Amino acid sequence: MIAAFTITPSFYLILAAILFSIGAVGLLVRRNVIVMFMCVELMLNAVNLTFVSFAKALNDVGGQVLVFFTLVVAAAEVAVGLGIIVAIFRRRRDATADDLRTLEG
Amino acid sequence: MNARDLLSYAGIVPLLPLIGAAVLMLCGKRLGDPRAGWLATGLMFLAFAWSLVQFFALLALAPAGRSQVSIVFTWLPADQLRVHIGFLADPLSITWCLLVTGVGALIHLYAIGYMRGDPNFGRFFAYFNLFAASMLLLVLANNYLLTFLGWEGVGLCSYLLISYWFERSTAALGGKKAFIYNRVGDFGFLLAMFLIVAKFGTLDYVATGHAASHTSNGIATAVALLLFLACVGKSAQIPLFPWLPDAMEGPTPVSALIHAATMVTAGVFLICRAHPFFATSGSAMIVVAWVGAATALIAGTVAVLQPDIKRVLAYSTISQLGFMFLALGSGAYTAAIFLVLAHAFYKGCLFLGAGSVIHGNAENQDMRTMGRLRRYLPITAIGMVLASVAIVGIPPFSGFWAKDADLSDAYLHHSYGIWVIGLLAALMTGIYMTRLVLLTFYGNERFRADPARAAVRGGADDDDGEEPDVEALLGYDPDFLPTVVYGEPPRPPRLHGHDPHESPWQMVVPISVLAVLAVFGGLLDLPLRGVSFLETWLAPVFRDVHQPAPHTFAGAGELTAVAFVFAAAGILIAVVLYRRGLPSPDADPLRDRLGAVADPVGHGYHYDEAISAAVDGPVRGGADFLDRDVDQGVIDGSVNGTARLVREAAQGLRHVQDGYVRRYAIGIALGAAALLLFLLAYAGR
Repeated sequence: MIAAFTITPSFYLILAAILFSIGAVGLLVRRNVIVMFMCVELMLNAVNLTFVSFAKALNDVGGQVLVFFTLVVAAAEVAVGLGIIVAIFRRRRDATADDLRTLEG
Repeated sequence: MNARDLLSYAGIVPLLPLIGAAVLMLCGKRLGDPRAGWLATGLMFLAFAWSLVQFFALLALAPAGRSQVSIVFTWLPADQLRVHIGFLADPLSITWCLLVTGVGALIHLYAIGYMRGDPNFGRFFAYFNLFAASMLLLVLANNYLLTFLGWEGVGLCSYLLISYWFERSTAALGGKKAFIYNRVGDFGFLLAMFLIVAKFGTLDYVATGHAASHTSNGIATAVALLLFLACVGKSAQIPLFPWLPDAMEGPTPVSALIHAATMVTAGVFLICRAHPFFATSGSAMIVVAWVGAATALIAGTVAVLQPDIKRVLAYSTISQLGFMFLALGSGAYTAAIFLVLAHAFYKGCLFLGAGSVIHGNAENQDMRTMGRLRRYLPITAIGMVLASVAIVGIPPFSGFWAKDADLSDAYLHHSYGIWVIGLLAALMTGIYMTRLVLLTFYGNERFRADPARAAVRGGADDDDGEEPDVEALLGYDPDFLPTVVYGEPPRPPRLHGHDPHESPWQMVVPISVLAVLAVFGGLLDLPLRGVSFLETWLAPVFRDVHQPAPHTFAGAGELTAVAFVFAAAGILIAVVLYRRGLPSPDADPLRDRLGAVADPVGHGYHYDEAISAAVDGPVRGGADFLDRDVDQGVIDGSVNGTARLVREAAQGLRHVQDGYVRRYAIGIALGAAALLLFLLAYAGR
């Protein structure tokens, strides 16, 4: 029973899809900027998971290399994004995304 | 230093007056009244001396090799086309150089006397020298574009000098008129150059001359007719002639130098220079001949009735230019150039004489209030009589040889219609020149103030005391308009209590010299083998075209006789009518005899009015249509319409960017999903 249960790459992919969906839905439904930010991170990491599983399944190290790039970019993005959020919070005492619509057309 | 070395310095000829123009523009005011004039005149005499050096240098060469191109530098290097600042010294250009510098120097000298006391003396001579430099550049250039530079330069100087007394409304208008008419012609010159560049890839005279004889008839005709349009503008031929009579608003030395002796012959020069195109295209030659003949006759008839001494000479110049084009159209280039030279002598003399008469008569130009002036201006009278005998064509004066060469060449070219028109024009020449001489110098005295008439008109010098400041500042009275047009009543005499006087020596000497040249100018090209100097001299330039030979003309004695009879008949008619002068200033016997015909002819066939009506009516209507409907409607409309379309669209679309980050996110998500679906559905196959 247990022996028959093997973990195939599709498991990882399904997990990644679930993570991505959670992130996407969270981004759309939540209004707090920090939570939205976390959702973006979730989506990024779901994609990372996809890369890694494909790299393993196809035996191609390129996917793993790309993950490192994603991590570096994500780190930079977090630094900038959190900085912006802190700046907004200091100014407005609030970080609700829907209130930040000064740049409407 | 051999002859070729000397010829490579041909550029000095235009450079001398150019230096004069620059110096006079910078410090002409400081040089002041006589000195500025002497500087300009001295430089012109130097240029004449250098032209003589060039002439003898050419003469030292073998006839076939009398052509020297000297490139100074490359002016416009544009891809394949290279235009140089270069000078072409050959018999044709050096002939014109001698004419421009020789006659020009004499008229500069004359202007020192004529312009005395003018507050802008230096400015006048700066323009005068600039004109000479431009004209010399025009004739010495080795390519069409450099000639065009000179062509525009003389046009500019013509404008500046016609409007020299610009406080006079008529002078300002006359300058503008000349400029605009010339612009129509320049348009032809430009198009001709574009066509030459497109077809031959060069503007060089020597290269295009070789290429023109191998080109197709259509191209040659197009180039020739476009160039002829330029010549029609510059040389005042039908239909672009009306500017020349109004150019008489300028000071008389200007009329003599620019609008009689030199600039207006630039058209003749250009056709001579571009003769390979005209030689290839027979139809262009026919157009040239007929336009010339028609101009000669029509301008001659208008001249007959003019009361203004300068306007008679202006129409006479148009008519004489018509003779030149008539000769060119018959392929008689040498005869045309001969007439250019002879015309420069006698018409220069006549204009300078007219200036002397005007100068000695308190600016009166109305021949109806002159008469018997030979007693007061004896030298001027002798000079003008000799010159007018020359222009009418009485043997053995220069005009006889020159004009008869033109007419006989037309006959020998089998253009009998043109020959007959030319004879009629010669008849007109006889009438109007004799009328001018008799009204001015003979008959009864009509220039004394008539007490009764002066009382009726309230006196001419009422306003003299009121505003002397303006007149002192300008050097002339801006409200006095000297030109008298046909149909205007005679002005009250302007001489108050003193007689007309002879002019100073600076004016009398040029008149005398030109009168002598007008008498003996025929020696340049007698129609006999061995003494046809001009023919031999110019032969290398025109060796590729067939010209009627001079000895055929000498054999055709009966043609000469017919031409002489027509000229003599003209003189006789005028003598019969004007022998005793005028019974009263407002009675003109010729006008009375002509009856109903007189008015349209005297008004120049109402050509000016017709042009004005056409420009004011259909042309203005068309321009208004283009302005309102085409420019503002279609062109501006399409530009503004594009802008409005974008603005309207943006007005609607801007609401998409509403500032809700989460809505952007769903847009991105849906877009990504759509892209994915598209890839799955289509790109996967």
